[in-house]
Parts: sequence; structure tokens; C-alpha cells
Amino acid sequence: MTQAAERNAAFAGVLQRQGAAVVLVLGIAAAWFAFPHFGTADNLRNLVLQGSFLAVIALGMTFVIISGGIDLSVGSNYALGGVLAAYGAQYGLVVAILLPLAVCSLIGFVNGVLIARTGMAPFIVTLASLLFARGLLLALTSEGATTYKVDPGSAFLWLGQGTIFGIGVPVYLTLLLFALGGLLLRRTRFGQSVFAIGGAEQSALLMGLPVARTKIGLYTLSGALAGVAGILTAAYLQSGVTVIGVGTELDAISVVVIGGTLLTGGAGTIIGTLVGVLLRTLIQNVINQIGTLDSNYQTVVSGAFLLVVVVIQRLLARSRTR
Amino acid sequence: MTATTEVMTAPVLEVAGVTKRFPGTLALDDVSFALTPGEVHALVGENGAGKSTLIKVLTGVYQPDEGEVRHLGEPVTFKRPIDAQRAGISTIYQEVNLVPLMSIAGNVFLGREPRTRTGLVDWSKMYADARELLKAYGIDDDVKRPLHTLGVGAQQMVALARAVSTEAKVVIMDEPTSSLEPREVETLFEVLNRLHAEGIAIVYVSHRMDELYRVCDSVTVLRDGRVVHSGPLKPLPRIELVSLMLGREIRQIREEGVTAFGEDHDVEREPLLKAEGLSGLRKLHDVSVSIRPGEVVGLAGLLGSGRSETARAIVGAFPLDGGSVLLAGKPLKKGRIARAMRAGIALLAEDRKTDGIIPNLSVRENIVLAALPTLSPFGLVSKAKQDKIVKIFTERLRIKAASPEQKVSELSGGNQQKVLLARWLATGPKVLLLDEPTRGIDVGAKAEVQALIDELAREGLGVLLISSELEELIDGSDRVVVLRDGSVAGELTGDRITEENVLTAIAAEGDNDVHRHS
Amino acid sequence: MSTATLERAKVTAWLQNYGVYLAVVVLLVFNVVFTENFLSAANFRTQLVQAAPVCIVALGMALVIGTEGIDLSVGSVMSISAALIPLYLGAGPLTAIVVAVIAGIVSGLFSGYLVAYLGIQPIIATLALLVGGRGLALVIAHGQLVQLHNRDFLALGTDDVLGVPIMVIVAGVLAVLAGLVVQRTTFGRHLVAIGGNRAASTLAGLPVKRVLISVYVISGALAAIAGVLATSRLAASDPSDVGLLMELSAITAVVVGGTPLTGGRVRVLGTVFGALLMQLVQATLIKHNLPDSTAQMVQAAIIVVAVYVARERSSK
Repeated sequence: MTQAAERNAAFAGVLQRQGAAVVLVLGIAAAWFAFPHFGTADNLRNLVLQGSFLAVIALGMTFVIISGGIDLSVGSNYALGGVLAAYGAQYGLVVAILLPLAVCSLIGFVNGVLIARTGMAPFIVTLASLLFARGLLLALTSEGATTYKVDPGSAFLWLGQGTIFGIGVPVYLTLLLFALGGLLLRRTRFGQSVFAIGGAEQSALLMGLPVARTKIGLYTLSGALAGVAGILTAAYLQSGVTVIGVGTELDAISVVVIGGTLLTGGAGTIIGTLVGVLLRTLIQNVINQIGTLDSNYQTVVSGAFLLVVVVIQRLLARSRTR
Repeated sequence: MTATTEVMTAPVLEVAGVTKRFPGTLALDDVSFALTPGEVHALVGENGAGKSTLIKVLTGVYQPDEGEVRHLGEPVTFKRPIDAQRAGISTIYQEVNLVPLMSIAGNVFLGREPRTRTGLVDWSKMYADARELLKAYGIDDDVKRPLHTLGVGAQQMVALARAVSTEAKVVIMDEPTSSLEPREVETLFEVLNRLHAEGIAIVYVSHRMDELYRVCDSVTVLRDGRVVHSGPLKPLPRIELVSLMLGREIRQIREEGVTAFGEDHDVEREPLLKAEGLSGLRKLHDVSVSIRPGEVVGLAGLLGSGRSETARAIVGAFPLDGGSVLLAGKPLKKGRIARAMRAGIALLAEDRKTDGIIPNLSVRENIVLAALPTLSPFGLVSKAKQDKIVKIFTERLRIKAASPEQKVSELSGGNQQKVLLARWLATGPKVLLLDEPTRGIDVGAKAEVQALIDELAREGLGVLLISSELEELIDGSDRVVVLRDGSVAGELTGDRITEENVLTAIAAEGDNDVHRHS
Repeated sequence: MSTATLERAKVTAWLQNYGVYLAVVVLLVFNVVFTENFLSAANFRTQLVQAAPVCIVALGMALVIGTEGIDLSVGSVMSISAALIPLYLGAGPLTAIVVAVIAGIVSGLFSGYLVAYLGIQPIIATLALLVGGRGLALVIAHGQLVQLHNRDFLALGTDDVLGVPIMVIVAGVLAVLAGLVVQRTTFGRHLVAIGGNRAASTLAGLPVKRVLISVYVISGALAAIAGVLATSRLAASDPSDVGLLMELSAITAVVVGGTPLTGGRVRVLGTVFGALLMQLVQATLIKHNLPDSTAQMVQAAIIVVAVYVARERSSK
């Protein structure tokens, strides 16, 4: 390859991977100057807080997508987790945390077992879980009529409403989880297996990697993280809202893809997902700043943004193979 | 069966009476095979003879339907590849079975990554160890880069390094030199000597006689799933080995040759197809090939030399930066497969599984696929027309199927290949580009396909023949074009087409280094 | 293979091919016996009318899935067509319908272009439309629900022809057309081949990009038609609600009907029965006062069973 072509390919590669981060920085800078209220501590604190719930879900989704799979059940699982947390709060902090974690992880576990051991497509298995989890949620809340409220004095609320140095607790938890997730992905054998399965599953099998076990672990992790997000939301909203989570799995997929992780598997970063979440939250925040815009524009912009990002990534990927 | 000295040493790995069936084929039929420590054992047989299946049984990918596998004398069941690996059996496959997107070092140590005291992966140690390890295999690239940045040969060396570094007691090598350059082949042999000295047993699968006779102690010959011979290799004359592989008498082979190809063809003067200056994607550099009516042009070269890419480029399936294709004097517009088809060029792709058959469709639908537009008036499918075509070609090519409606995935490899040939012949081509037409099919079907190619050439078709089997290429071609690293390295005609000349052209010394990476 | 394995393989194959029909029959019989007033013309009418929109969307979805793709945007396309109708109804119902269908076609061209020419994964390409489409519809409609009064237009959703509701006739005709296209036209056979092995189809000279873009266009058009019919029946344009989660229902109907997600095979009749089955399941549960939650969990179970059975067959 000629020198110029090599340099171009390298540049395109960097752009593809770090592009989202660049856009994020530019976006924040633009919003800072364009909207006086944007740069206030209040707004920024709120921005990162709002993003933290989706971020936790997207963390699990990142692992699943890198392995070449997909998890459509996280939205319903997340809502279920929230309801269980709110319900469990009346029995104390421990129950409020363990109950949703156990159930959501179990749903993820079942997903993983079905996918790993029967060879059914992740799309379909997690689609069925999506329905099942939502059905379970309805069953537990008298068809969505009951919203379990958390006692205002409960220690549980601190998880969602508490602040440390003015920044919400969920933000710290999210950062902690992302740090741990990064370690898991990049510094463990499990993480290497995830990349191998996503990149070349047949080879991974022939190399003797524990493919089935890894997959089961992945989907269980995804379910567990959806549960964590549910716990945090229940604490934040002080109740188990039953109508949340619809379409959240698609939002999670969007931010993971925007962050540079390949949908086909085998490549991706944890930090990219974080950037993706921040970008999305930034857009929502900016639309709110504009104030006069129809709130429906939010979804239109989100959709358009996803599209633009994906198309650019694709064009960059193509230029690199030439 | 084995020499007296070896009877004293217990086999480290053996199969006894193993049978393996697949829908449509009996892959292994009562096969017994034993391997002693330190032995380099050749496993030979034509394509479709059962070598790959036997290896997959030895490595836990398949489980035998009958018979047993024994490790150190004890019967074992390898349910998954990891079981075999734990027993110390390591494998290098013909296709590099590593993870292209992952770093070179990551691939070498996948599943066995070195860890720090805290249990986390120790990347700096892994990079250092990988660098050290790969030096002995002639690789001094940056081990942090993804595997796919290496050429196929170098990737194969990485696979070899990985297989050997797992403290294996048995290393199985399936066509290890098919993508290696001569210098890399020498490195491979050095590694083999080392392993041999350490008492590690090696199963060496290859059809390259020179290599086999150079490094192997003993040989087992498979034919149609059965063991037809097993014993020391050195005392066995080459022609006898070939005769065992093919199942033909020595006398016959001496008279008729190894393949089913006949005499030379009558070739016209004017080229039917002229491809000039084909260049693209760092894989092809100014390749020119011409094919005359009635001529079989062989395209020789190592894996990765650009043969498949050349064929694809001619038909428009490979993106070109430069070059042109003229058919009967008229230029062919680049990049339009359908147009090339209509002009009369047909390409039989190398990998029939990924690029050939539509597995869930019937034999009939697969055959008519390319010709469908011409068989369907107003866009509506006409079964009558289809039936006629299917009948003609099923008879001519002797395709064995329960009925034309049978799912093509249920057919044997040889019959699938014939279905694909029928697909292309049904388009009435003037030029036929065949990429490994007899790969992975049994001896009988192979001879039929070779005879068919002859027939087609005699009828006036121009044929481009790509084959990794030198005998096939040499016997079948009127002219051989040799490719090396995407460029034309030489051309041979008439009497000069010999195995030695072809190999010399492939291996020409000097400028290997420059082109080692893709 | 042992006789036991062969037997099991035969049963599995039969289940995969005819399972959905059997399930529908079983459910019908169950209802005839245990549900009051099931065996009445009025009830059958209701069931068919309610199943019609899903059936229509599922037909388009089946074609897309046949090429190994997916179309998540169908619900949003329904919403967009619902939003456009009141704006053009003044020029006559025909104009409004044509505009809605054109919107569906444009949406399909868009997704199809992304998939066929840019090589973007179908799930992502159509996801963007799913996310943004409904918002777009709401912007067009200013978030309003509009009551419709055009008698000709409303007739689509309420009137009969020869005793059969127009909606059902439309669904039936489209199903027959879909079946013919898949089995009898070059386009249909190309579609199936491309889904079965895209690389092989490309090398065989098939117009892959053209076929791919076409299936998304068809899916968009059919979703728009379903949106028109649903709006007519509702007698109101409700972009925030029409077609909500329709993509899930359509995919379910296709999968349960025996069309594999991996493409290469399209079972039109199976898809129709899949839509009918899911409708019957819903109706059965409602009539027996079983809650929504149970309905969803039952749906989940049906999907898993259907796909499990289908998978067994192609694992060799």
C-alpha cells in the first residue's frame, strides 16, 4: 500500500473509533456558548444524572454486541427491576437490591442458556424475553395499575436521590460500573473470549474457548445490569413506574453503535458507549434548552443522529478497505 | 504394521474401527490409525478421502458413530475441541482458524493469557512473550496489530506458533504449507525437527510428495473413507503411493497419467478473452491473461497469490483500480457480473459452501439460478422450461440425487460441485473460469469433472483452470500462467509444463521479502 | 442414524411445516367448545378484521425476513400514514390513500437504500426510522388526534363486499399476491435465493441490490396500507397510538408461521396463519378474562416453541 493510502486508512480508522468523542466535545462546546443555561452546574449535574440510567443498561449491551449477539429484553427487564425494587423496599434495603438483581439476572441467565445451548438466534430469544418480562411486570402490578411507592424515609432512596459533592449517586455508581466493565473486557480472559466469539465464533470453538459458558455469562450480566438500572430508577423516582423501559433496548443499541462498537461483533469499547450515552443525553438536553421546539422533535433528532453516525461509520469503514 | 522399534513404544493416540456418517456420505469406514511419540506420520488421500473428518474425530470436533478413540492406551471421548486440547492434541488447520480482528499476541495466547498476581491479564508480558515466541517463526511484526494485517502465510505461522506453544504432545498439521513461501516452509521444517527431537508426535496431512518424503517416517493412505495402506514411508516408491491414493494400477498410471485429462487440445489462434493489466486492492498488480477457444489455461500459484482474485476480476466480482477485459475483441464493462454472464463468461467459485450452493433450495432451483431470467417469460417462472434444462444437465453430468426437488445441501460434495457446474453450463458460456473445481470431492467425481473439462475444451470453450493440485494443473492445461504475490511470474507452454518448472517459477528467489505482507 | 432419531426428525419436520396450522385448528376447536358465542358470524368477523392489519404488515415483514433482513420501522410507517390522511382527505379518500402509500414507499426506499447500497445492517437502518418516524408523524399531526368523518373513507373499515369486510378482502388479496410473487415470479425466487446465500446469488449474477431495495419498499407500502385501514376502522387519525409495537406483532406472526429469521425461505400461508394464531390467542385470553400479562407471557412461550422447532431442522 502506498504511503498516502496507509496514512488515509489510519486516519479513517481513528475517526471511526474516536469520531463520536470528537463530536461530543464539539457539541458540548457549541451548546456551552449557544445556551446560557447549559453551562450551569445545575444543568450539567442533571445531564449526567439523566444519562446514568441508560448508561448502565448500555454497558451490558456493549458486552453482548461485542460477542456478536443482541439483547432486546433489557428494556422490559429494566422496568421489571424497578418495580421489584420499589416493592422490595418495604422490606428493607437488602431486599430492595437483591430481589430485582436476582430476578433480572435469572431472566438474563435463561436468555443465555437458550442462546448458548440450543443455537436459537439471540434476536428471537431476547424478543420472547421482552414479552415475558413485560407480562411478568404486568402480572405483579395488577396489569400495570399498581405503582409501588417507596417510603419517603427509606434508606433505599439515597441510591437514586442522594448526592456526593452535589453530583447524584447514580453517576458515581455508573462510573464505577463502567470502570469495572472496562477491566472485565480488557483485562480478563473472559473479555478476550468475548472478542473472540464476536470476531470468529467458529475459530473460538476450535481453539477450545468456553463459548457456551461465556455467552451465558454475558446475557446474565446484561440482565443484571438492567436490574441495577431499574433499582437506581426506582430509587430516583421513588416508585416502581410500570410504563418505563418501552423501547429502551433500542436506545441502548443506538448508543452502543454510536460509540463505535461494531454491530457485527468482535470490536468495541466501553468508553465508546459512555460517549454515546453522553451524546444522546446532550441532544435531549439541547432540545430542552431550545424550549420552543415540539418535544416530538427529540425522537426525530435522535433517529436522524443515529442514522448520520452509522452512515459515516460505514463510509469510513469502506474507505479503509480500499 | 510398524517397524520393530516402534512396536516397543505404546501409541500416544489412536483410533480403532472408527466409522462416521453424514447425510449422503460415509465419511469414515472402519478406520484404524495409531501414532507413536516422536513419530512424524503422513496422512494422505485424495480430496474427499476422509482426511479432514479423521482429523476432526481426533480433535473432538466430531464424535465417531462407531469405534473408539484411545489416548495413551485408554479409550477417551473427546466431546469438544477443548477436551482434545487438554489431552495435549494441538491442531493447525488449512484455513487459518484464528480471530482476524484480534491482535497477533492475543491470538497466540487466546484462552491462556498470562496473568498478574491479581488475576488480571498481563498485557506487557503477553506482548513480550509473543514477540519472543514469534521470532523463531520468522515473524518480527508489531504483535499489537490485528492479525489480519499479516499475509496468509504469516498468519499460518502464528497459528503454528500457537499450536506448538500449548505444550502439546501431538500436533496435527492439515496442509500446513499451502500458504507458505519457501522460506517459511524451511522454518516449518526446522520446527518439525525440534518437535521430533522433543518426542512430540506429528500428523502431517499433505499431498506434496517432496515434503512428505522429506519429513515423514510413516504413512497412512485413505481412500473413500477407508484405510488402504499403513506403514513406513521411505521404502515406499512414490508411484506406488500415488497408485494407492487413486486406486488405480501402477501400470495404468504410467500409461494414462494421474488425472483423467486426455491429449492436448486444438487451440485457435485468436484469444477469446483478453484480460490486461488487472490491478486492485493491493492483491493484483498488472495481471494479464488470455484464453483462446478450445484452450485450457492453468493458473498456478500459492494461496494468496491472486489466482481467485484474477478470476473474480475477470467476471466483475473483484473491485479493480485498473485493467480491462476484452471478450471477442469487445471491452467488457467492469464490475457487472450479470453483464459478464450475458457476454458468455462463467465463474465457478472456489468455496462452494459460501459462494456456490443455496443450501435450502432444491437441486433444480440451484441449477437454474443463473439462467433464470432467460427461462422465465414476463418474469414468471416456467417449470416446464426448467425441467428440460435440469434433465439435460443431470444426465450429462451424472448428478446423483434422489430427485431434482431434493435439497442441494443433502448431496455429496462431488454432486454439489456438479450442480454448480450445471448452473454455469446452463448459461451457455463461451469462457469458463474454474476455481478449484475438484476440491473436496471423491476420486470418482473428480475424474468425471476432469473428463468434462476436457470435453468442454474440445467443444471450443475457453477454460481457466485454478487448482492447488499440481498434477491436475499440469495434466489438464495447454498453457500455465504462474502468479506470485499478485503478479505474473512466468508462463509455460507445451513440454515445458512440468512440476519442477512450475514450482521454480512460484519460488523464484530474491524479491520475497518485499511482498510478504498484504 | 438410529430409527429413533429418524422418527424424531420426521416429527420435527412435520411440526415445522404444519405446526402453525395445527395450532390454529386446536385453538379454534378449544374456543368452539369452551367459549360462549364463539361460533357466531359476528365473532368471526371481528376476529378476522382485527387480524387483518397485522397480517398485511406481516406479509411485508416476511419478504424482508426472507432476505435475511428485518424491518423495525413498520409501526412508525403506519403512524406516518395515519398522520398524513387527515391532511389530504379533503381532496378525496383516494388521494389521501395514495399519499399515504407513497409515504410508505419513500420510507422503504430510504431503508432499502441504506441496506442495499451502503451495506448498513437492516436492524440499525430501520431502527433509526422506528425511533424518528413516530416523532415525525407527531410533528406532522401537531400531536393531535383527529376525528375523521369522510364517509367514503370510513367505509373501508366498516363496510362489507358480499358479506366479507373490505379489510379482510384486502388482506386476503395481498396474501394471495404475496404467495404468487414468492413462488411464481423470478423476483420471488431471486428473493429466496438471496436470503439463502447472498454471496452465491451475487456471483450468479442476480440483481441483489435491486431485490433488496424492493422488499423494503414493499414492506413500507404494505405498512402504509395497514395504517390506512387501521385509521379507517378507528374513524380517527391517532399517530401516537396506531401501529405501536406492530413490528413485534408482525415479526412474531412471521416467525411463528415458520419463516426462518436466517432467510432463504418465505412461508406466506404460514405467516397468515401466524397472524391468525396470535389474534386467536389474544381473543381467547380476553374472552376467558385472562389478563394482559398472561397474554404476553403466552406469546413469549409460543415464539420460543415455534423457533425451537424450526431450528432443530436446519441445525444439520
